[in-house]
Amino acid sequence: MEKSRPLWANPLQFVFACISYAVGLGNVWRFPYLCQMYGGGSFLVPYLVMLIVEGMPLLYLELAVGQRMRQGSIGAWKTISPYLGGVGLASVVVSFFLSMYYNIINAWAFWYLFHSFQDPLPWSVCPLNDNHTGYDEECEKASSTQYFWYRKTLNISPSIQDSGRVQWEPALCLVLAWLVVYLCVLRGTQSTGKVVYFTALLPYCVLIIYLVRGLTLHGATNGLAYMFTPKLEQLANPKAWINAATQIFFSLGLGFGSLIAFASYNEPSNNCQKHAIIVSLINSSTSIFASIVTFSIYGFKATFNYESCLNKVILLLTNSFDLEDGFLTASNLEQVKGYLASTFPGKYSEVLPQMRNCSLQAELATAVQGTGLSFIVYTEAIKNMEVSQLWSVLYFFMLLMLGIGSMLGNTAAILTPLTDSKVVSSHLPKEAISGLVCLVNCVIGLVFTMESGNYWFDIFNDYAATLSLLLIVLVETIAVCYVYGLRRFESDLEAMTGRGLNWYWKAMWAGVSPLLIVSLFVFYLSDYILTGTLQYQAWDAFQGQLVTKDYPPYALAVIGLLVASSIMCIPLVALGTFITRCLKRGDTPPAA
Amino acid sequence: MLCLLFFLVTAVGAELCQPDAENAFKVRLSIRTALGDKAYAWDTNEEYLFKAMVAFSMRKVPNRETTEISHVLLCNVTQRVSFWFVVTDPSKNHTLPAVEIQSAIRMNRNRINSAFFLNDQTLEFLKIPSTLAPPTDPTMPIWMIIFSVIFCIVIVAVMLLIFSGIRQRRRKSKGPSEVDDTEDKCENMITIENGIPCDPLDTKGGHINDVFMTEDERLTPL
Repeated sequence: MEKSRPLWANPLQFVFACISYAVGLGNVWRFPYLCQMYGGGSFLVPYLVMLIVEGMPLLYLELAVGQRMRQGSIGAWKTISPYLGGVGLASVVVSFFLSMYYNIINAWAFWYLFHSFQDPLPWSVCPLNDNHTGYDEECEKASSTQYFWYRKTLNISPSIQDSGRVQWEPALCLVLAWLVVYLCVLRGTQSTGKVVYFTALLPYCVLIIYLVRGLTLHGATNGLAYMFTPKLEQLANPKAWINAATQIFFSLGLGFGSLIAFASYNEPSNNCQKHAIIVSLINSSTSIFASIVTFSIYGFKATFNYESCLNKVILLLTNSFDLEDGFLTASNLEQVKGYLASTFPGKYSEVLPQMRNCSLQAELATAVQGTGLSFIVYTEAIKNMEVSQLWSVLYFFMLLMLGIGSMLGNTAAILTPLTDSKVVSSHLPKEAISGLVCLVNCVIGLVFTMESGNYWFDIFNDYAATLSLLLIVLVETIAVCYVYGLRRFESDLEAMTGRGLNWYWKAMWAGVSPLLIVSLFVFYLSDYILTGTLQYQAWDAFQGQLVTKDYPPYALAVIGLLVASSIMCIPLVALGTFITRCLKRGDTPPAA
Repeated sequence: MLCLLFFLVTAVGAELCQPDAENAFKVRLSIRTALGDKAYAWDTNEEYLFKAMVAFSMRKVPNRETTEISHVLLCNVTQRVSFWFVVTDPSKNHTLPAVEIQSAIRMNRNRINSAFFLNDQTLEFLKIPSTLAPPTDPTMPIWMIIFSVIFCIVIVAVMLLIFSGIRQRRRKSKGPSEVDDTEDKCENMITIENGIPCDPLDTKGGHINDVFMTEDERLTPL
């Protein structure tokens, strides 16, 4: 008797699982950056267009495939065509790479969360140097938040060649992060289904709290005005459209096999069209919501830094010219400067080089993305708020929820094909398979806790998933439309859900989306080829800032291996299936 | 004669205390920055208090217990508020070495600051670096405590889930085998007469011949 497939307890769990997977760190730390770089309010136009043209159709496709085939990615694509099992395998390989490096972010979030229970926050003050006469040199040159990130958290080495030792503190946090993930996926949909209520809803609670706090901060309106002022000329920039397309693509998590895995646990009659639209809309609106919060925080930070800069100039002038304390303010600064320049030209020209030009626009224009945004810029803003421990705890707790939600999807993408395959599941129980996968990932993930770990993290982050995913989704779309047959798929869906397929979806799947993906793929390839050697940002402890360096040959080899190992699965498996079939046909003599 | 002496003393005093003189220190106060509306005005009474605090600090140095307020000289008071000061020896001809004054002020910095409601940043002694507060390192870092708590909770939860899963599976594997046993027993109860098993005909899927069914009706009940 065949074991019945585990199901979600109710459709809401499925929707929450998809939301918690799709809404991840990229919504919080990549979208605001793109918004800032490509024209503020006007970036929303290409973003929404790409959502409707690319995001929704491809999401619906993956969910429909998963729900119809009721298997993980490998089984699902084998059912579509025996030659296309490689697509599923490529998805699993990419998910494996992703889960290897993604959990280190959760480890860092745990690290910062645990350190938020101190007064003062450890990243708000510089530590003293060896003989207690001043502050640590590296911390003086950089800022205290950068010092805490690069020195205390990462203990980063000057270049990728200096590997250093495994740092035990981040390693412990990584082990904890993997234990938490194991706890959530241990029982399959039973446990995952309950956890996703929290990982989907709690980040929104925190974002709302932060929105209220952020909007009431001094200087928040500066940031919001800066962000939302549309720069319409950016609409003509092709990079804006390309980045909008890539952001939608990667933000929804297409091609990893997680969505197929989640949908395979659905009732066959589930209305996945409605769910696809809901999930993609919620994902995009979360991005916009998170960028409102981020920009009010940016505005606060920029205003704070601008005012500190002004105060430093005021202090410098007051001390050099022995003016009355409190006489110089921000409002009369320019006037008095002019007066001093004319009355004491000699002394003024001495002081002039030390005076920094304070500009609010310059402070706002520092656009940061990724780990830099969360662990350096946000912490800098938080340390200046009142009751900073509370805000810090809330923020890193939200990051943890977002990160773990995405990790659940990733591990589901790896575990579902494994538990589906009879070879593996007959020998080992479900708990042992999950445990083994988590253990292997944890051990490999220790690489990212070494002193050069952040550089390897950047390699994985930039190259492990980008090109491969585009190709995987392209093959998926072509497979469903042309290999399996769009009409056949349409009739399957109708039989399954009882609803027909709208002409819009058919047009997108068959025509527009594949073309879009091909153009993205061509753009990426040409970008890689044109830039020549690949470079990375390394932290220089003596200067206290980032410097650009070239990757050594073995790092380039690893990059090539990452991209190739997932892409080559598709043709290799197809070839393998073809050869085994030929051999089988050759073995069995034709019936007389 | 007395007038001349007095004149000489003040002249000497004026020479001893000058900007950038030997053993002279510049002091800078930012009263309005520190106190805002509650700022007090800097007048000669405040200067007297300052001299008293410096003399107090010097009296704590061994061999200098006889320092008087009159030994502390202030000059060049500006609007900022900033001024220079020196400390002379009892003969009022020489100034005390800068090193002694420096160490005396550093020892008593907190008392001097609190006398004026200021802190190290708002009452600056240029060329006298303030000792920074030593870092408070608790014996056990706080983050380790929280980490250990959460780690233990997660491990306990994982163990619970694993063991309950194993128990559930054992119960399930016992359950179907019990059902199988009773079925076997039923099958064993098939009576065999003359080597032919007497199964009820309908369980074997055979057809019942209705002719023989009516025989029961022919026998009259007793």
